[in-house]
Amino acid sequence: MIDNPVLRIIAKIIIPMILLFALYVQFHGDFGPGGGFQAGVIFAAGFILYGLVFGTESLRSAVPPGVLRLLIAVGLLLFAGVGVITMLAGSDYLAYNALSEDPIAGQHLGILVVEFGVGITVSAVMITIFLAFAGRNDP
Amino acid sequence: MLIEAVNIVLLALLAVTAIAAVRLHDLFAVAMMFGIYSLLAAVMFVLLDAVDVAFTEAAVGVGISTVLMLATIGLVGRHELPSTHRSLLPLAVVIATGAALIYGTLDMPFFGDPGAPVHQHVAPFYIGESPNQTGLPNVVTSILASYRGYDTLGELAVIFTAGVGVLALLGLRRRKRPGKEKTAQ
Repeated sequence: MIDNPVLRIIAKIIIPMILLFALYVQFHGDFGPGGGFQAGVIFAAGFILYGLVFGTESLRSAVPPGVLRLLIAVGLLLFAGVGVITMLAGSDYLAYNALSEDPIAGQHLGILVVEFGVGITVSAVMITIFLAFAGRNDP
Repeated sequence: MLIEAVNIVLLALLAVTAIAAVRLHDLFAVAMMFGIYSLLAAVMFVLLDAVDVAFTEAAVGVGISTVLMLATIGLVGRHELPSTHRSLLPLAVVIATGAALIYGTLDMPFFGDPGAPVHQHVAPFYIGESPNQTGLPNVVTSILASYRGYDTLGELAVIFTAGVGVLALLGLRRRKRPGKEKTAQ
């Protein structure tokens, strides 16, 4: 916890912008630079800034460790699950064309879900690593 | 002409930052040097038109890894212990490896050479067919998520494993404060 009012107020203003930008990078990755990995890292950076300014204890109550542990697995399962669904639809593993009548729509849907899975796991892992390192310093 | 000048200045700054990071003994300053190095590398990637890679380098190299290094310095102290061993043998190994790598680059095609093998294999197919097959304007995303979906799944599994490894080694459990034990149970 840092008792510097400038830092605290600036952090409060820019953290929502960082998270919003991360969502933009996540869902606009099909059209511009970016994608799940970059978005996950930026999203985690917003939370890490919160943890740096307001203390790891506050970060722990914002994202409980149990939720983090769950999200690490959820992202990977989402990615792998898309492959299982395409197999159930009668095609190859991760062949998104099978997700919809229209192959292009199927590709769009598959890439969107897969990138979302990447984003979830990456951001959860980054926050976890930060908490594991920084949290050890707590009294 | 201008782009060559910018490249030379950036590469010189990269070298200066790397040498400064090696010579400094204050680990806080070294972490900052690594951050600057990553930022310069990200600018290099932008100049090479690899915007997605530059994005990752800026977010991971400058942001997350600097914070993690600072968190580690907070645990281990910020000053490097004086070195007791001689560094002649490592220096010789590094110079020999560097010379071998530079010798290896002599056989490589020039940067941007359209006849290079990497531009002759599957790349023309991906670039030509990506808009028709996936409908995505960003060919990097369509290659990463669709054509090379298996690779990306593997990379995500690597990150997952890293997270699980950190959880197994360090854990996220709150350290119990003296005097407050048992009250939570």
